[in-house]
Amino acid sequence: MTMQTLLRRHGVVLGLLALVLVLPLVLPSNFYFRIATLTFIFALAVLGLNLVMGYAGQVSLGHGGFFGIGAYAVAVGPTHFGIPVWAALPLGALLAGLLAFLIGRPILKLKGHYLAVATLGMGILIAMVFTNEAQYTGGPDGMSVPRLVLFGWSARGPITWYWISGISLVVAAWLAMNLIDSPTGRAFRAIHDSEPASGVLGVNVARYKLIAFVLSAVFAAVAGAYLALYDGGVTPRTAEFLRSIEFVTMAVLGGLGSVIGSVVGAAFLTILPQVLTVFHDYEHVVLGLLIILFMMFLRDGIVPTLARLIFRRRS
Amino acid sequence: MNLLRKVFAVAVFVFASATVADAQIKIGAVLSVTGPASFLGDPEKRTLEIYAAEINKQGGINGQKLEVVIYDDGGDPNQARTFATRLIEEDKVDALLAGSTTATTMAIIPLAEEAKIPLINFAGAVVAADPKFKWNFKTPHTDLMACEKIFVDLQKRKLTKIAIISGTDAFGKSMRDQCMTVVKKYGIEVLHEETYGPRDSDMTPQLTNIKAKAGVQAVVNTGFGQGPAIVTRNYRQLGILVPLYQSHGVGSKQYIDLAGDAANGVRLPAAALLVATILPDSDPQKKIVVAYKTKYEADTKQPVSTFGGHMYDGFMIMIEAMKRAGGAKDKAKVRDEIEKTKNFIGTGGVVNMSPTDHLGLDLTAFKMLEIKNGNWTLAE
Repeated sequence: MTMQTLLRRHGVVLGLLALVLVLPLVLPSNFYFRIATLTFIFALAVLGLNLVMGYAGQVSLGHGGFFGIGAYAVAVGPTHFGIPVWAALPLGALLAGLLAFLIGRPILKLKGHYLAVATLGMGILIAMVFTNEAQYTGGPDGMSVPRLVLFGWSARGPITWYWISGISLVVAAWLAMNLIDSPTGRAFRAIHDSEPASGVLGVNVARYKLIAFVLSAVFAAVAGAYLALYDGGVTPRTAEFLRSIEFVTMAVLGGLGSVIGSVVGAAFLTILPQVLTVFHDYEHVVLGLLIILFMMFLRDGIVPTLARLIFRRRS
Repeated sequence: MNLLRKVFAVAVFVFASATVADAQIKIGAVLSVTGPASFLGDPEKRTLEIYAAEINKQGGINGQKLEVVIYDDGGDPNQARTFATRLIEEDKVDALLAGSTTATTMAIIPLAEEAKIPLINFAGAVVAADPKFKWNFKTPHTDLMACEKIFVDLQKRKLTKIAIISGTDAFGKSMRDQCMTVVKKYGIEVLHEETYGPRDSDMTPQLTNIKAKAGVQAVVNTGFGQGPAIVTRNYRQLGILVPLYQSHGVGSKQYIDLAGDAANGVRLPAAALLVATILPDSDPQKKIVVAYKTKYEADTKQPVSTFGGHMYDGFMIMIEAMKRAGGAKDKAKVRDEIEKTKNFIGTGGVVNMSPTDHLGLDLTAFKMLEIKNGNWTLAE
């Protein structure tokens, strides 16, 4: 391994770790902690999605569904089945992974728009279940989520969740970076570049697509569980179609195939609506306009485009 | 990383500059102005803006100017919580008028409780008025009250065996569940139940089942939006003759327009605001509802809705409590004064709060209406 790859892989993770450690020193209030926490939680889901979209090159418009499964697992599990919260969280992640595995096998055979539509349908179906199975999920009004209690210590408040989500994000980024540089990661990228070519070279295309899909579902489910636990409640809105779109937008805006891009994309769409309140009734117009402008001028996403610009200037 | 920090620095700057304007009393609002619940949040926001300006024109609260900060959560409970956090932590508001839906409200209540800030919400469900939330109050009628109003009317007409057809949306479902909790109390027997999706365009199959059920003396439809209008049309097409009851969810002229002639003879509970002009002069609410309706319609050029009325009530209760408490500095005192609200006449009814009742409305808040010749009439 060359010095450069080492630096690239660990640099990203170390940079992220430094950010998580330093940020609390400058965050002035609970509100900023909340924004940072939400950014980390969404970044976690987007990071997973990026494995599928950015690296393996498969579109998913249904990740809101997996996010919702994680969220509802920590709500429904403890409330209706007496499962402790700390166990419901990994159970939800497992469930999302299993569902992704079962659904992924047939639908990952589809390509391009067809795959997008299939995943979209999947996400909508999951959200529908949350809305309609009201005896378990509380229906459209949602339900409350018990607190996460570990060894008698109860996780609550923005600062606690800042650390939980921040450290989780760093760990997830480390996992992702390792995965990307492993043979599996190379297989992902090979599939992204050309499916037939990678098949010819002996890459088991179906298997690697499925691995990426399942992993991303698990990431999304963990993020969903965090959000539900942090907010102390969950509604079908958590798993809604718009959520899936939000994740895709975050991934594309930040930069497909970039770990840092996932974080930047998540931060962008979490912070911006707060900043844009100064425009009062026009905030949605400005938000849309900004996204369009970013996509026009930073076509590969914020992070890859800027990285290329800086790199070009140096050389 | 650098970029992230820059974005952050910009964010900090904008937040800071957005919060400099300094008023003496600050009320924060988180409403679902856009998104699927905008039919609630939009009239609430307009009402708040109109009456905040009005209060300032009259010289403010005990001479103190009032500033209102409004954020739009788009109907998302997660956003609602973020904005409520911002109002409390950054804008440092003295009180909250927040939560257009039950879901957004339930996300906001814990924050108000923790920060010890008086909150008046505009959610529909009963849980949002639970007095165990010490700092939280609510103005809209509950769906439970609508059910009880219908059941009282059924009792009067000596009808005891009913069928229920409900929408599967939040409103229809919640009201159906609430109705089921009080059927026994009113000696009502539910012989049959049907449901329909919020976007269904034909309810004939469900109604055929109801028609086939022997002994049904009346049908109650809990639902919101276009569903009840379709139910009403299908109901007449099938020639079902027993009385049809709709909920307060269809309390808009739009329902009559959609259902056409089929709407004649339908009964429903509704707030006084809907029938402001035909209320008898002796009605204690008459003056208030006519004044609100006139002002709202003149200012916004839009027909008045009961949802804006809930904001009017919440805003006025809050302002009067602040006046009695001598300003907004002592939040505990403002809270206590809200709880002491007695004989407040609002658009939703006569409000009498107490430590065990954070809603303060009784069944007189609803009028039983019957549609005759395409118009609302009082059935009482």
